[in-house]
Amino acid sequence: MLKMNSNRKVKICCSNNNNNINIIKSTSELTFSDILGSLKARWGINRMNFKVSAGLYSLGTPDSNSPVMVTGNYKMSFDALRKELIGINSYILVLDTKGINVWCAASKGTFGTNELVNRIKKVNLSQVVVHKNLILPQLSATGVSAHEVQKISGFKVIFGPVRAEDIPYFLNNEMKATPEMRRVRFNFLDRLVLTPIEIVGSLKSSLIIFGIMFLLNLLSIGNFKSIDVIAYLGAILSGCVLVPMFLPWIPGNAFSFKGALIGFLWALLVVILNWRTANINFLNSLAYLLILPSVASYYAMNFTGCSTYTSLSGVVKEMKVAVPFIIISIVLGSILLLISNFAS
Amino acid sequence: MKHKYLKNVVTLKLIQEKCIGCKMCLNVCPHGVFELKDGKAQIIDKDSCMECGACAKNCPCSAIEVNSGTGCAQAIIVGKLTGTEPHCGCSDENNGCC
Repeated sequence: MLKMNSNRKVKICCSNNNNNINIIKSTSELTFSDILGSLKARWGINRMNFKVSAGLYSLGTPDSNSPVMVTGNYKMSFDALRKELIGINSYILVLDTKGINVWCAASKGTFGTNELVNRIKKVNLSQVVVHKNLILPQLSATGVSAHEVQKISGFKVIFGPVRAEDIPYFLNNEMKATPEMRRVRFNFLDRLVLTPIEIVGSLKSSLIIFGIMFLLNLLSIGNFKSIDVIAYLGAILSGCVLVPMFLPWIPGNAFSFKGALIGFLWALLVVILNWRTANINFLNSLAYLLILPSVASYYAMNFTGCSTYTSLSGVVKEMKVAVPFIIISIVLGSILLLISNFAS
Repeated sequence: MKHKYLKNVVTLKLIQEKCIGCKMCLNVCPHGVFELKDGKAQIIDKDSCMECGACAKNCPCSAIEVNSGTGCAQAIIVGKLTGTEPHCGCSDENNGCC
């Protein structure tokens, strides 16, 4: 069954002859296992299995007038919501966002109008509550069209605050949020918790690079030493950790620029500290000054995907400059590095 | 603190004639880009817009246009290499940056 609705076809699950109401009891307490699971997810351990089933959950002893909050089935999202609802009898409608968090899923469309409308139908929500209100996280607005949901399902989407911790205030204030509650932040702690996954994301490439270095050494084409490994790791850390941590205080607006700057400072440090030793000569110093800033720049540029304020247009613009720069510097630097190995 | 990104790049457009002052855009915008003035919305901080598309999605009058999409560098690279829209395939691999 297809329903035409303002130029968009929305498929409504019509094979739902099932009038069963299945409500899963949950709590607002997080166990050690829950917290550990979130910690592991931050490091990418068992990340894609860190999900809960989509469906309708209850907290406390809700009745047909209790509020219904909506979230995605990424367990970190589910836990972040329920832990703020201590003492609040309520329902949580969990959408199938394929284990992805609310905001990312919204921008991909999985936390979207269709999934919400279908899930409402699947759980027979209209038989569970008498009101027609759904409280959605503000950041799901990227994927959910409130007026369309109302047209199709009869349920009214109310966008709650950005952060779940403000939901109690919201519920007690006639579903109104202060302007500050509707702003997304990106402070030091917000940025810090994102660094583990950045580091983990760089592991695969790093292992490949080390593999190549090792191979070249074996073939006597390369003469890579531990200083090269340390230099490279420092560039990774610059882009994956230092830039995110000190983001607003590093000059420049473009993330690739910030990365290049920190990477350059690191390269200078490496060169200066090793200048007197046998580890370095003029050619590979130059190579470091070309390669290390570019590596840092690439990973810093990647951090735009985790940030809460970079626009697609802006990222495309900075990449148009940064990507050619990075490629050329790395190629030139690698050539110099190989030549310097022969020369020494 | 207000973070600043690149200036004058954002594709956000508001067609004021269509606006009925429902304030949905004010409610859903995570960066306070809009304000209400004389019963209509207006853009007061365009450079803070991150093109998330929540405003356009929730404007019942289609008064807002913005070019929104996956804005991470990986997605853009993948998109350019495959000749498609930016996409990162986060949910497919054991990637987990989302």
